[in-house]
Amino acid sequence: MLQRIYDWIDDRVDVTPLWRDVADHEVPEHVNPGHHFSAFVYCFGGLTFFTVVIQILSGMFLTMYYVPDIVNAHASVEYLQSDVAFGMIVRGMHHWGASVVIVMVFLHTLRVFFTGSYKKPREINWVVGVLLFFIILGLGFTGYLLPWDMKAYFATQVGLEIAETVPVVGDLLSNLLAGGEFIGAQTLTRFFAIHVFFLPGALLGLIAIHFIMIRRQGISGPL
Amino acid sequence: MEKDHNVSRRQFLTYALLGTGGFMAAGVIMPMVRFGVDPILQADAEDDMVDVAAVDDLTDVPQAFDMEYEQDHGWHVEQVTETVWIHMEGDEVVALSPTCTHLGCTVNWGTDPDNPEQFFCPCHFGRFERDGTNVQGTPPTEPLHRYEHEVRDGRVFLGTNPSPQI
Ligand code: HEM
Ligand code: FES
Repeated sequence: MLQRIYDWIDDRVDVTPLWRDVADHEVPEHVNPGHHFSAFVYCFGGLTFFTVVIQILSGMFLTMYYVPDIVNAHASVEYLQSDVAFGMIVRGMHHWGASVVIVMVFLHTLRVFFTGSYKKPREINWVVGVLLFFIILGLGFTGYLLPWDMKAYFATQVGLEIAETVPVVGDLLSNLLAGGEFIGAQTLTRFFAIHVFFLPGALLGLIAIHFIMIRRQGISGPL
Repeated sequence: MEKDHNVSRRQFLTYALLGTGGFMAAGVIMPMVRFGVDPILQADAEDDMVDVAAVDDLTDVPQAFDMEYEQDHGWHVEQVTETVWIHMEGDEVVALSPTCTHLGCTVNWGTDPDNPEQFFCPCHFGRFERDGTNVQGTPPTEPLHRYEHEVRDGRVFLGTNPSPQI
């Protein structure tokens, strides 16, 4: 049945080459953990992507209940966590996942570094990877304010003070991030917008570039 | 060799991978979907009756009364005020919702000079009889919705969800 639906569509719009292009490619022996177990280090890129997908999905669902408003933010998080079915699980996925993403990016970066995969012709992808790392840090920083509890408030205060130490433009930068002179309603809406629209957009765009370049250049050779 | 088996090596791998992959994906997706659809699965809040008017104030001419109650929005409790048209039909209290059954505008009693004894909707000139019955030939296709009511110690208590008549 499924096969016939697929054939019917394929007959008309020829989708096979599309997924073939994505899925059909050599996996060299030196990256296959089935051949050398130590090749599991090559999985960290994929695991990073997997956890990013979980962050995006769980974040989209959290946004169904969360409100970025200083009066209601904390109450909405408490409500979604304690009164909505699986709230503790979904918030837990996002909360712990945020740390897991950063650990995975770090391990992936170590693999790329120690296999020398950043060398010619893959320099641009190293740079894209570093940008991805910064974006993920940015997601962690902006997301941390959203529950609007004490830890959120003081962590953001520290973050803004770090921004102030930037020479010359430090004060401007901090005010721009906070949307004013102090951490308040404007900071929360701003961090929310950055957390759920700006950074995820940039993240997906850069991930696409990252993957396209990997397919163009292939995986780097054995040591 | 290959032909001796009902399931080929390739098929077995496909099933195994799709099975495990599907199981893992379900483990990730299931909690999120259940989380998202929770509002339609949560037990309906009990419909507490609200004190709206004194029976002595009611006549056989519909009058607008305010119905005030608290609505639970999850992390916020909202103070809601709704209007209800109430009149007596003999001994019976009739409490009608002012929401037009055509497209949801708000009806008023007796505001159409040509039909002072009917409810009138200004949006598409829908009309309803005193008991809420829609007047044939005007846009609404069903009567005004009616509130469940109870009389306690001379006060009229109403449920907060009007339901269709008929
Ligand atoms: C790599 C991607 C992401 C990372 C690292 C990340 C990180 C975080 C962190 C650290 C928190 C605070 C959680 C807590 O303290 O419990 C948070 C909260 C939140 N995030 Fe994300 N996030 C990511 C992607 C997203 C996306 C794509 C969305 C929405 C489309 C989203 C929506 C939210 C919402 C609504 C909250 C507030 C609810 C809560 O605090 O539990 N996140 N995020
Ligand atoms: S909405 Fe009342 S007549 Fe159309």
